[in-house]
Amino acid sequence: MSELLIQEREIVVPGQILAKGMEYLPSHGTYRKDEQIIASRVGVAIIDGKVIRSIPLAGKYLPKRNDIIIGKVIDILSMGWRVEFNSPYSGLIPIKDGTFEFIPRGADLSRYFDIGDYFVGRITNVSGQNLVDVSVKGQGLYKLRDGRTIKVNTNKVPRIIGKKGSMVSMIKRATGCKITVGQNGLVWLLGEPAMEFIAVQAIRKIEEESHIPGLTDRVKEFLEEKTGQPIPEHHSQNDDDEEEQPEGEQ
Amino acid sequence: MKNKQGPNSTGHLITALQADVRYDGRTKNQFRDIQIEYGVSNTADGSAKITCGNTEIICAASLSVGSPFPDRPDEGALMVSAELLPIAHNDIESGPPGIDAIEISRVIDRGIRESGAIDVKKLCISEGEKVWIISVDVVPINHDGNIIDIGAIGALAAIKDAVFPGLTEENTADYKNKSKNKIEMKHTPIPVTVCRIGDELFVDPTKVEENNIEARITIAVLENGKICSLQKGGDEGFSTEQLAQAFDLAVKTSQELQQHLL
Repeated sequence: MSELLIQEREIVVPGQILAKGMEYLPSHGTYRKDEQIIASRVGVAIIDGKVIRSIPLAGKYLPKRNDIIIGKVIDILSMGWRVEFNSPYSGLIPIKDGTFEFIPRGADLSRYFDIGDYFVGRITNVSGQNLVDVSVKGQGLYKLRDGRTIKVNTNKVPRIIGKKGSMVSMIKRATGCKITVGQNGLVWLLGEPAMEFIAVQAIRKIEEESHIPGLTDRVKEFLEEKTGQPIPEHHSQNDDDEEEQPEGEQ
Repeated sequence: MKNKQGPNSTGHLITALQADVRYDGRTKNQFRDIQIEYGVSNTADGSAKITCGNTEIICAASLSVGSPFPDRPDEGALMVSAELLPIAHNDIESGPPGIDAIEISRVIDRGIRESGAIDVKKLCISEGEKVWIISVDVVPINHDGNIIDIGAIGALAAIKDAVFPGLTEENTADYKNKSKNKIEMKHTPIPVTVCRIGDELFVDPTKVEENNIEARITIAVLENGKICSLQKGGDEGFSTEQLAQAFDLAVKTSQELQQHLL
């Protein structure tokens, strides 16, 4: 006989027993031990029929295939570049996924990516041992040349992007900054220094207030107040590719 | 890692500094807000936790009885040691104190020592035999730049907070029965580090700014505007005009910071 010990949308902590019995199934953020379902991360529990998962509230970024990330080169190896991306695991860009250019045998790899360079990349594979492969070859993937990066809470990234990129494109239109949000919680910005700061403040506001309803309106009000002008309507500039449709909305 | 291009690089910082809007919205000569909490440690004779933006430092002053240096038989001693622990920042690795930690402790030490803020003759218990030794520990627990200035203010706060332990009949420290005597401070030497990126001079760098500075100079200033110690760092230099500007900026900023230690 199975028994559920939590309620929908309850905040759970690691080690907490969520359900007893074999009728329930573990998913993201939960695991089975003997006949119990136990939480492995701090999060909000979601009961989806028989499946129990938790949407994390805190924690580092865990790499997932096809995520668009912002990373930094930390080492040059014989087979490519070692990169870090705000995660417990480092990744590798194999030489073939580094650039469209032809790289001759024995070439100086720092000509393409040097230590300390930032890039927008895609995670191509995550192995069972958490070996991460990253590619910088493809549409919307490139080396970053200017601007600044800020770190945000990985679990708030979907809220910063908004539905179909609505939130980030609003910030872009209001401030005129170029913004790329990586799924790994790194955000890249480039614009007028004063506008960049407003964009950073807006992102921090989203991070802090994402759980309170009416977020979009408040961010809109904030941006209009700070920039001193209404947010212009959609125009094509900068509203390109990089907003990924997030999954697991809160 | 210092890079000229790319995100968070010197080039992009210069544009921000030229517009006088830094990454955290401050102007070039604006210090972050400082909060000081006294008496954070039960075991130290004096302690303070200082918070400035995201930089947090715990400072502790401990008093012990020791023998004086042979060439200065009637003077007590002051020692400042700083430690950079991996808890403070990702870039810091554990191990023996590195060049940064040694520089921080030396500069803070020099500021307090050379200002004559503490009358070391008053620390003498019996000439040539026993003197009080003040050791100040500066431990950043969160490193977001400017450890020297903030650590020095914290060190001064910890010394200000310190109470002498009692003395036994054999002239050893009695930590169980504290006296009510405080360390007498004649001056408050507050150092201000003026940094340069490109042609822009600014104070109170964050970690990102600190990673990209081309030159810096730490100027310790007394409450009356007198300069008591200097330390130059960074790979490059200052022009004469820049130095004059840096001194003006440091004196002005230091006097604004004096209010935190009143």
